[in-house]
Amino acid sequence: MSSFPWLTTLLVVPLVGALIVVLLPKGSAGRAKHVALGVSLVTLVLGIAAATQYRRDAGTQFQLTERHEWIPQFGVSYALGVDGIALVLILMALVLTPICILAAWDDVPEGGTREKSYFALMLVLLAFMVGVFAATDVFFFYVLFEAMLIPVYFLIGSFGGERRQYAALKFLLFSLAGGLVMLVAVIALYHYGPGGSEGFLVEKLTGLTIPQTAERLMFVGFFLAFAVKAPMWPVHTWLPDAATEAKPATAVLLVGVLDKVGTYGMIRFCLQLFPEASKWATPVVIALAVVSVLYGALLAIGQTDMMRLIAFTSVSHFGFIVLGIFAMTSTGFAGSSLYMVNHGFSTAALFLFAGMFIIRRGSKQIPDFGGWQRITPVLAGVFLVAGLSALSLPGLSTFVSEFLVLVGTFQKYTLATVLAVLAIVLAALYVLLMYKRIATGPTPELPEPVSDLGIRERLVAAPLIAVLLVLGFAPNLALDVINPAVTATLHHVGVTDPTPLNAGSDK
Amino acid sequence: MSAVVTSAVPAAFLQAVKVDYWAVLPLLIVLGGALVGVLVEAFAPRRSRHTLQVVWTLLTLVASLVVLAGWSRGHEAKTLGGSVVIDGPTLFLQGTLLALSILAVLTMAERFPGQDADAFTPMGAATPGSPYEAAAARAGLTTSEIFPLTLLSVAGMMLFPAAGDLITMFVALEVLSLPLYIMCGLARRRRLLSHEASLKYFLLGAFSSAFFLFGAALLFAYSGSLDLVTIASTTSAAAPELNNLLLPGVLLVLIGLMFKIGAVPFHSWTPDVYQGAPTPVSGFMAACTKAAAFGAILRVAYTAFDGSRWDWRAAVIAVAILTMVVGSVLSVTQTDMKRLLAYSSIAHAGFVLVGVMAFDKAGVSGTMFYVAAYGLTVIAAFAVVSMIRENGSEATHLSQWAGLGKNHPVVAGVFAFILLAFAGIPLTSGFTAKYAVFAPAVTDGGRAGVIMVIIGVLCSAITAFVYVRIIILMYFTEPSSEDVTVLVPSPMTTIAVTVGVLLTFALGVVPGPVLDLAGQASQFIR
Repeated sequence: MSSFPWLTTLLVVPLVGALIVVLLPKGSAGRAKHVALGVSLVTLVLGIAAATQYRRDAGTQFQLTERHEWIPQFGVSYALGVDGIALVLILMALVLTPICILAAWDDVPEGGTREKSYFALMLVLLAFMVGVFAATDVFFFYVLFEAMLIPVYFLIGSFGGERRQYAALKFLLFSLAGGLVMLVAVIALYHYGPGGSEGFLVEKLTGLTIPQTAERLMFVGFFLAFAVKAPMWPVHTWLPDAATEAKPATAVLLVGVLDKVGTYGMIRFCLQLFPEASKWATPVVIALAVVSVLYGALLAIGQTDMMRLIAFTSVSHFGFIVLGIFAMTSTGFAGSSLYMVNHGFSTAALFLFAGMFIIRRGSKQIPDFGGWQRITPVLAGVFLVAGLSALSLPGLSTFVSEFLVLVGTFQKYTLATVLAVLAIVLAALYVLLMYKRIATGPTPELPEPVSDLGIRERLVAAPLIAVLLVLGFAPNLALDVINPAVTATLHHVGVTDPTPLNAGSDK
Repeated sequence: MSAVVTSAVPAAFLQAVKVDYWAVLPLLIVLGGALVGVLVEAFAPRRSRHTLQVVWTLLTLVASLVVLAGWSRGHEAKTLGGSVVIDGPTLFLQGTLLALSILAVLTMAERFPGQDADAFTPMGAATPGSPYEAAAARAGLTTSEIFPLTLLSVAGMMLFPAAGDLITMFVALEVLSLPLYIMCGLARRRRLLSHEASLKYFLLGAFSSAFFLFGAALLFAYSGSLDLVTIASTTSAAAPELNNLLLPGVLLVLIGLMFKIGAVPFHSWTPDVYQGAPTPVSGFMAACTKAAAFGAILRVAYTAFDGSRWDWRAAVIAVAILTMVVGSVLSVTQTDMKRLLAYSSIAHAGFVLVGVMAFDKAGVSGTMFYVAAYGLTVIAAFAVVSMIRENGSEATHLSQWAGLGKNHPVVAGVFAFILLAFAGIPLTSGFTAKYAVFAPAVTDGGRAGVIMVIIGVLCSAITAFVYVRIIILMYFTEPSSEDVTVLVPSPMTTIAVTVGVLLTFALGVVPGPVLDLAGQASQFIR
């Protein structure tokens, strides 16, 4: 283990990059995107280097740890560290950011200051995304969790579509309300912890004995914030608005990465810090998760706006993730962790490819399309692959995770699993119907001819498809890193897997 | 140190009083500076008065701050026969008040392109719109007496949290209030509104002073003394038939004090006065009056009334909850920026009261940290408001702020940051301050503390909506009028805004040193 502050570096490099982008002189404002892309690639390389320092068999929960006093009066430390789940999520964010920047290349055609701030905000967001997954101090996590809202707010509100202000405000208020309720729980948690100048470290707050009512209330405080973020039914309503009004690249970072903070928070904080309360809440959470799965899928079928449709598929998929987490079996848990990564790439592909359709046609409405595989065969092809990954086709990465979640949940909650399986059928419906309406049919008659994917867009598409395929055929690449973290967390919760029915028999 | 006084006459009247001059020197400097300021007003030539007054006022405040930081800190004691208590909280709040008033004076001195302070009328006594007023403007008259008035008010504010008995506290209350009543009426523009503000503030302020005095009288009847410590020690030992005097006395004194912080239901003056007063004075009041009044509330609550707190706690908790809810809900409906900031200051007062009600050292330090952090932000906020103009007068209607971010990105950016701090977004002082008052309330405030904090965070969400709406207005809305301009401020306002904003950021990122200071200074001397 080296003592090089890897995670701090991952935080600082994008921030410095953002500063450089902002300070670019007027004459070279057009270089903003180049600088941003370069910085995000450098961060990715550094992230991969950091990942090589990670040891699967190290005895501690967190690795690459750093810890400094920050506000000792409040018990707050600047503490970073990753376990397997956090590491893969950070890597996912690092891979997605350059892809998004590349996809957002022409998002701000007017250039100038606006373009600079657009890409600077993306880099700031990258730093927050790394920080929020790497924070191992509850207060520090909370600070990043809330402060992160501001760059996203401006990304949606300044650069989105027509109703962007409404969407941005709705997003901010939902998140802020959830977060503020969590703040009360954060304060109370410190009170029940050991206190002192490092009293907010996750490891010091793990395994506390808390009075039952207090633990349950604090659990609810945390869970509410994460449920809004995730987003679960019935607090999901901000997501479709935000996703459709934001630029596709922003939508990717929002849905693909930021919303994972919700499910990640459930694992890291709800389960690890309040194990008893988590078990107490399981029936309700499982029920909400199943509702999310089915509700999201059903509403996705009914959408005519591509971006809203994809947003609703995400509500459904987040339902699966929560289902796997709160099933509290090692299979379901590992499945959910992997699902978070896969969903990030799969949604990114859907949003970005949909964005390529939208920019060509100038409309988000599915009925405005039809027959596009005849004029943009490559785009239609990659879009189909992305769609198939959303419906969890075997061979693509999402299949593995969805299967693991369902298997893991079935061990404990048969009925919930049976209901959730229905969503697979619904997924096939919403994906294939959308593809059919967009891509098949007679050659459309358009006022201006459209071209198929250019080089830049192929560069966006290639890595996404590659990741979906690689993780589909070799999920162990990620699972091997995730599994020790899964075991550790379940150990904190104090649950064991149910014994298989035929355990002990050789046949 | 005074012994417990049993006779009706304070000991100070009977024997020569020892004065620890180092301890009270900062206060004396400000008082002396104010008197010299009055002389300058009388004798200095009109042309150079503005400059002289500004320089002299700033010098006085800085000298006082230097003495306070350098020498008074080593002289924590009760002095002047127990009438003045210079202890940790006093020193912290006095230092805060001095620092905040320096910034406030900088904003008051702003001339913009004019000859003298831009915010103030050339002749306060002239009837608005009368020929006399026009003549005064032609003659180049200025109301540079605003600066000695400020110094007098600051002296009262510095004494307010230091008062060791209720009479001293009342004198401080009047010394800080009377100059403010005048300052409120001196706005250059919309003078009728300003006069109305002044009169309203004066009448309601006099009313609340009467409450305070009546409460003090009841407490005197109860304990035979006005000394805070004696009142506290009598609480446990008084004859039971006198108990009926205690609670009304305590509540009436608290009402008098809570009027000054604008707690609901004693808040009705706040929006009118903040709107009508000259904008820099509104900032000064929002920052400094609040800090001083909270110091006085802390002192009586923690040193005089703590023995009986189970009797009056519920009432103040109700006031705190009402203040947060009414302040935040009513700020939603405001259309005038200054009124909106007034309602936001009411909501903030509610948040601070939550910290006061923790009854713990952490509550004291949290409260002091909050008023310091809020003061820095709110002075900068009002300074920015004073820069936005349409046809010469201040553009305080919200619709006039539309699209500000397009034409004036720096000013809009600064104001957006200030609003985020008011909303309590992490990495601003608004967040650390809120945490500093909420944490002790949850830890030491019992169930009532938790309930107050839950209501507090919900109200924070409401106020966040208000602030974010303004950000939307500034950034994402098309300008309503081409005439809205931003005046180029002189270095003085620029310094005030810059310092305010930078410290708002610094106290959000590295609040440690100031929290430490507040923590060490949180022990009252009884």
